[in-house]
Amino acid sequence: MVPQTPQELRATARRIRRRDLQAVFEAGAGHIGGEMSVIDLLTALYFNVLNVDPQAPRDPGRDRLVLSKGHTACALYVTLAERGFIPRDEIATFLKPMSRLNGHPDRNKVPGVETNTGPLGHGLPVAVGMATAAKLDQASWRTFVITGDGEMQEGSNWEAIMAAAQFRLDNLTLIIDHNRLQQGARLAETNALAPFAPKLAAFGWTVLEIDGHDMDQILAALSPDRVVADRPTCIVAHTNKGQGISFMADRVEWHHKVPSAEQYEQALAELAEVVS
Amino acid sequence: MSGAAISKDPSAVRGPAPKLHDCRDAFTATLVALAEADCNIVAVCNDSVGSSKLNGFRDRFPERLINVGIAEQNLVGTGAGLANGGKIPFVCGASCFLTGRALEQIKADVAYSKTNVKLCGISSGMAYGELGPTHHSIEDFAWIRALPNVPIIAPADRIETAAATAWAAAHDGPVFLRLSRVGVPDLLPEGHVFELGRANLLRDGTDLTIIANGTLTHRAMTAAAMLAERGLSARVVNMATVRPIDEAVVVAAARQTGAILTCEEHTVFGGLGSAVAEVVVQKAPVPMALLGVPGEFAPTGSAEWLLDHYGLSPEGIAASAEALVKRKV
Repeated sequence: MVPQTPQELRATARRIRRRDLQAVFEAGAGHIGGEMSVIDLLTALYFNVLNVDPQAPRDPGRDRLVLSKGHTACALYVTLAERGFIPRDEIATFLKPMSRLNGHPDRNKVPGVETNTGPLGHGLPVAVGMATAAKLDQASWRTFVITGDGEMQEGSNWEAIMAAAQFRLDNLTLIIDHNRLQQGARLAETNALAPFAPKLAAFGWTVLEIDGHDMDQILAALSPDRVVADRPTCIVAHTNKGQGISFMADRVEWHHKVPSAEQYEQALAELAEVVS
Repeated sequence: MSGAAISKDPSAVRGPAPKLHDCRDAFTATLVALAEADCNIVAVCNDSVGSSKLNGFRDRFPERLINVGIAEQNLVGTGAGLANGGKIPFVCGASCFLTGRALEQIKADVAYSKTNVKLCGISSGMAYGELGPTHHSIEDFAWIRALPNVPIIAPADRIETAAATAWAAAHDGPVFLRLSRVGVPDLLPEGHVFELGRANLLRDGTDLTIIANGTLTHRAMTAAAMLAERGLSARVVNMATVRPIDEAVVVAAARQTGAILTCEEHTVFGGLGSAVAEVVVQKAPVPMALLGVPGEFAPTGSAEWLLDHYGLSPEGIAASAEALVKRKV
């Protein structure tokens, strides 16, 4: 696949947002807020960065992407469908009985999914194992993992952060989707981890801070040129929950609320209007 | 069941004290040999190089020994990721921490994701007797048995340990190998080939069947020899595989001997006895007794003392067998 330009990526992300919104509306469930915050990152990865092949989803030399914030599975499914891993029509089955498209991703059902996530704090340790495997083989494939910022409250992430630095996994990139909100509150009200950058730096990681909705900044941060030898990379992506939909943006209640018919029409219209 | 009674002469059990072996040695010797032949085999541990007896592996394959430090969630997650990257990780740690601390990682990253991870619970049961219930792992059968996709194997001696380790490496998928550090005599013949879900008849008998695994199998054999002297004929089945359980052997034992006694170094809630009972009540109801740790945290004592304390000495097993036979209709 020819990598998309930032202009093309913005259009793709807009299409993915609209399809994700429709899927959540029709299913009557989902995690719309966190999906809107992560879609630009997923789009940049799948349409510009990742060396993956929908025809060979388990190619040993593929890059790995772990969506540790597995509750935003719908955004991953739509992205995988756009990229050709599953039929686009299948998105209509999201959450339906016996659908492959569960509320959290299942690698044994959905091609392109690398590990089953859902409980938080699982993706980064698994990604450490992936990156270690590549190192053992002296292979060049890269491992990327996206966590939520609230998810960073899970202690398992910090076990993995220590290990990644100790193992000098410069082939591992952690992207924190820093939308400042968790399921029931603002991070600042529960366990205010921010700022993330000095904490990751203290653990020996290279840290980049970007606007997680700016394609140019996302691509620049994901470039192999930014990797510092022997150090894992953390990208703190400043994002907005509900990005692109005015009445959802930065509102805690839109973690997993479902829009009414009226709100759905408004949201669709807003996503159509967005000018890249 | 694999073959007829395949143990050595049972009378040998009552002879001079047999040589005892720490099954960890057979485990790591086999692992090193497998790793020589397959560069994808790696060991992952949680600061447990010594207690998992991985020193030899580390010296031979320093780059393939991944020590994550004291961090069991990362231990299991890293194992799952290594498997995703084409490795065959043997994830080793004290069974109490490996299964207890990282249970959700075992569920999501290993069982549900169906990754090729070999979970090796070292010093399981009450091997760390004096260290107390925090270090006992008498819940691991129950916890792991509740999860799909993870075969559970508790070998009875060094021969079965080596055979099960080789089987685990060749099997594509998760495995839970439950190992001990408590010395046990040889029971199975040299060259024994492990088959998942196939129990071994170690001694035939007609009055009842004793089903055991791990450190309890040799105690069951001694108990059967004692019972023979008292006129009771006990069949002894070594059932290393707790999941999937060997239903045919359980049903045959129920029908042919009319009573089943289970012995395990585990709580009686959810382990080998429960797995056998699930078959018995549904397929061939007969009187049963379940020996193991009752629903309590164990008092202070050595591993051997605790087993004796809970009626799992050969004499205790024999006494339970006699009581059970009296319940037969």
